[in-house]
Amino acid sequence: MEAAMGLMRRMPPRHSETALSALLTLLPHHSSDLLSQVDQPLQALCDVDNGKEFILCEYNRDADSYRSPWSNKYHPPLEDGSMPSIEMRKLEIEANEVFTIYRDQYYEGGISSVYMWEDDEESFVGCFLIKKDGSKTGHGRRGFLQEGAWDAIHVIEVRLEDEGTASYCLTSTVMLSLTTDNNTAGTFSLSGSIRRQMKMKLSVAEGHLCNMGRMIEEMESKLRNSLDQVYFGKTKEMVCTLRPPSEVGHMKLPEK
Amino acid sequence: MDDEEVELSHEQKKEIAKWFLLNAPSGEIQFVAKDVMKLLNDDELYREAASEAFSQYNKSHMICLEMPGRVGDVVITAFNELEENEFLDPRTAQVAIVDNIKQVCTAVRPALDDELPSSYVEEYRCTIDAEIARYVGDTYPKGVCSVYCVNGKDAEEAESDFELAVVISASRLSPKNFCNGSWRSTWNIEFKSDFQTLEVRGEIQVCAHYFEEGNVQLDTKHECNDSTIMQAPEDCSVAIANIIRHHEAEYFSALEVSYSNLPDTTFKDLRRKLPVSRTLFPWHNTSQFSLTRDVVKELGIGK
Repeated sequence: MEAAMGLMRRMPPRHSETALSALLTLLPHHSSDLLSQVDQPLQALCDVDNGKEFILCEYNRDADSYRSPWSNKYHPPLEDGSMPSIEMRKLEIEANEVFTIYRDQYYEGGISSVYMWEDDEESFVGCFLIKKDGSKTGHGRRGFLQEGAWDAIHVIEVRLEDEGTASYCLTSTVMLSLTTDNNTAGTFSLSGSIRRQMKMKLSVAEGHLCNMGRMIEEMESKLRNSLDQVYFGKTKEMVCTLRPPSEVGHMKLPEK
Repeated sequence: MDDEEVELSHEQKKEIAKWFLLNAPSGEIQFVAKDVMKLLNDDELYREAASEAFSQYNKSHMICLEMPGRVGDVVITAFNELEENEFLDPRTAQVAIVDNIKQVCTAVRPALDDELPSSYVEEYRCTIDAEIARYVGDTYPKGVCSVYCVNGKDAEEAESDFELAVVISASRLSPKNFCNGSWRSTWNIEFKSDFQTLEVRGEIQVCAHYFEEGNVQLDTKHECNDSTIMQAPEDCSVAIANIIRHHEAEYFSALEVSYSNLPDTTFKDLRRKLPVSRTLFPWHNTSQFSLTRDVVKELGIGK
């Protein structure tokens, strides 16, 4: 497992699906560990009841079926598939509705799904998912990207504490890939994945959804920013180390 | 998921191992190899996969190895491969014997006469090499280059065709800073006696990997063409070096443009920095969304 995770940290992120399936074939006995520890690009299915797409993950899976947050039905149909409690389902419906609006504000398209389930009496977990296809043929409005994908997974554990407060532990992963292609620059592709954690203790006066939402919004902005500024910046720095921009290059005297 | 447990064949396992090795970022194949070895848990199988994958990887990444006895460096490419573990260094007219898996050069031997181009071709090759080496020295702090004859090495006179390949390889490995990268370019130059022209075909690849608490990789590829006229070796080498210098500079600025377009245009198609409304999302109003909905439902109004 350690070696498998080591490999995943080095393989090109845009080949993560291939890498994961290769690991699964090589280590069939570790398949559940691999599936839960390796982040892979999100997949979506269409809810047959209302034609809306929903995202698949380990949290809405039972056997080989996935529960849609829209109709609350398993696809393909499954008898006695596990269901959230009535209260959780109520929160789930609301979260899906609000998160759809949030997603439209930031992503101008894409698909989102939220799943909730109870852990025990004092705690529950919410999983917020966003999948955006930014390619020319997808939801890329501006058409800059030949290929572009953004997948965000936010898993948030909520534990009720004393005196109207709750502790929230958010683990977020963003996977993205983007490729531009034109005559002067050829193909230019960046891909990556990062994961971060954030813990907070907040008053529940405004409701769990409000707290979870704010944390997710802050986290997404942070992740986007570090990808853009830090991670992409570091690769650019590397390119400039390999070939320093001309002003610097010319001033340097040959060593011999 | 497929529950049937079909035992993988030897061949399939080897292919998977090779896939991982070949997809290792620049300078990281040894780290990947350690993990692959653990995964396979079969030394024999690992050796087979490694011997095939390393020789392919070394050539495609155009790695540079030091030859023993301070003779110089040899670049490992498909152009100068004589045998699987023998690579010609035309600058020193030596053949480097390499251990592909350890990525070291273990010995050298003088090149045989029939491994070297004719003196007519060699004059062109050698002057171009000198000119390119000057350019690479000025431009790539860690760059190496070499020029090979890849076709018509026995051409004797001005009426015969031949082809040279210029390779430039620069890599920077700083695993301590979680960053590795490489710049590789190859330029094929066809000397066409019929038309007294030189056809130039270039391919540039740049990769970078940054992996501190994450895994982000840059991968680019660019192809271009140009041509010039046939001249004496000195003039030819200046013309070729100018073509390469020009195209690589142009490509480098195109890369800079791609980077500067990222934050505001390209990235925006994935996720905006700020919402369409330009203010943070009104989470505190969320209860109202559902309230309105409940009200609408209860009263049976709305659409």
